[in-house]
Amino acid sequence: MSSAFTREWLLDETPASRAQAAWGRRYRAWLDLKENPLAMIGFTIILIAVVLAILAPMLATHDPGAQDLANKLARPSSAHWFGTDELGRDVYSRILYGGRITLGMVISVVVLVAPLGLLVGCVAGYAGGVVDQALMRVTDVFLAFPRLILALAFVAVLQPGIESAILAIALTAWPPYARLARAETLTIRNSDYIAACRLTGASGWRIVTRHVAPLCVPSLVVRVTLDMSSIIITAASLGFLGMGAQPPSPEWGAMIATGKDYLYTHWWVPAIPCTAILLTSLAFNFLGDGLRDVLDPKQS
Amino acid sequence: MNKRLKALASLLANVALTLLGLAIITFLIGRVMPVDPVLAAVGDNAPHEVVERIRAEMGLDQPLIVQFFRYLGQVFHGDFGVSILTKNAVTTDIARFFPATIELATAALILSMLIGVPVGVWAAVRQGSWIDQTIRVICLAGHSIPVFVLALLALYVFYYLFGITPGPGRQSVIYQDMVPQITGFLTIDSLLEGDYDAFWDALRHMAQPVFVLAYFSMAYITRMTRAFMLDAMRGEYVITARAKGLALRTVIWRHAFPNVSVQLVTVLALTYSGLLSGSVVTETVYSWPGLGQYLTTSLKNADMNPVVGATLLIGAICVGLNLIADLLYRQLDPRVR
Repeated sequence: MSSAFTREWLLDETPASRAQAAWGRRYRAWLDLKENPLAMIGFTIILIAVVLAILAPMLATHDPGAQDLANKLARPSSAHWFGTDELGRDVYSRILYGGRITLGMVISVVVLVAPLGLLVGCVAGYAGGVVDQALMRVTDVFLAFPRLILALAFVAVLQPGIESAILAIALTAWPPYARLARAETLTIRNSDYIAACRLTGASGWRIVTRHVAPLCVPSLVVRVTLDMSSIIITAASLGFLGMGAQPPSPEWGAMIATGKDYLYTHWWVPAIPCTAILLTSLAFNFLGDGLRDVLDPKQS
Repeated sequence: MNKRLKALASLLANVALTLLGLAIITFLIGRVMPVDPVLAAVGDNAPHEVVERIRAEMGLDQPLIVQFFRYLGQVFHGDFGVSILTKNAVTTDIARFFPATIELATAALILSMLIGVPVGVWAAVRQGSWIDQTIRVICLAGHSIPVFVLALLALYVFYYLFGITPGPGRQSVIYQDMVPQITGFLTIDSLLEGDYDAFWDALRHMAQPVFVLAYFSMAYITRMTRAFMLDAMRGEYVITARAKGLALRTVIWRHAFPNVSVQLVTVLALTYSGLLSGSVVTETVYSWPGLGQYLTTSLKNADMNPVVGATLLIGAICVGLNLIADLLYRQLDPRVR
């Protein structure tokens, strides 16, 4: 047996183990993805954003909360790479720390939402009948509201803040995942190998979690990646409307909300967080679009 | 026939259930908030007996289920209580603010349809070419740019730098209160009055918010049109039409597109609900006196009656739009009958 993780091992037509087959499939998907320039641009930007966010305390040149009123609304310079805001805070450092908030919010929402949607969808699709009907009616109700409106109303109940914004976005974001997982489950449910599992006496719960749910994951991954930008936009919109992260926090949407008053006099103050949001959300869309072509060719 | 009626009945039952769900969610949002509505009405320092008396008067000492049915009754009478902020009945406020939002969203829908559908068809016909790629990138950008970012950019460039569009607001100060409210749609009212200057002014003020709002939905419509069209072009009837020597233009618009247009009906319904939520943000940037601005000001002041009213209204409109799209789809596409 050749050593693991070489090109030959990964592209072996006759994998010797389950792990080799799985990694080989992933490697082929990666090779396909590499062919797509837009996806690679997106992937690179996301990678840079993640690194910048993780290393923010080391890379920041200033304390993101430190005010310097004598030097407020300064133009970008060697001392303040992106200038300073209306309280003299260093915009570059604030953008770095804001990236932590934004990426943290996105990850929290996805971690809350994807498993929930997957579970609800698989259970509804596999169980069928009354359970399916009931669960789908619930998703219908949540799908009926435009996402931002429902999130706004939820935040109002929970008190504005980052945690409530995460919870509110999660509450509005799960139904599409449930729908998707259900649709996938319906096609998987009647296949022979599921029947075989049932014949061996596997319980419904085991079939759903071990045999149905894993097969729904690829299309769910595509959906999550495409959804990330929509989560970023919703989170930033909540911040912009003053219902998400609250002002001293360097969240990008909140920064734009205060920066917009200086649009005509000091355009770079709102322009820099705007660019940050635009780049990250564009990157996720580029990557998601490419991933869809690779993992889910029937949908493109 | 019987089968059709049965399908219709189950569709309507689903819609009714969804509406009930909307009512439950808005009820919970309105009642389970951390701010006690009684304390909000009488103030923190009111004596205990007063608080209890008001609580009984407002019916808040009843079990939740009783309160819910009372709430349902009020909703059916179009009664959402009074806004603390404006001191008006919420229904009156909504009637005053909503036309501005509808005007904005409808104009954006028409614009995004006029641009999105032909561009989507174009991308599909030239699949894989640089035209298709460019359109794809423009669409992805439309999905990625938050409405408020685009709005600030447009304000800076077209209002501040070049001065070709007016600033925020729905009309210039000199036309304020000059146009009587007939329908509430400024463009239609000014036309009805024969005041073409006011009409032109209203149009100029609409230009920016409408374009900003339309970009996202345009991207969505383009993408969906492209996908549907690609699907249709693979159909055997299209190949037949091409094989018998019809011009590409005829095949596209006479043979493939009619099938696509049926599917697009559903897309348009979804687009409109997206436009309604996009208008919330657009209206804040452009100081547009519509439902979105009403909703956000009420939210900031924890004024829950308008929040519940506006949320329920928007939810109900979206359910209604989906129902209409479903019915139209059944009517237009003989295969679903």
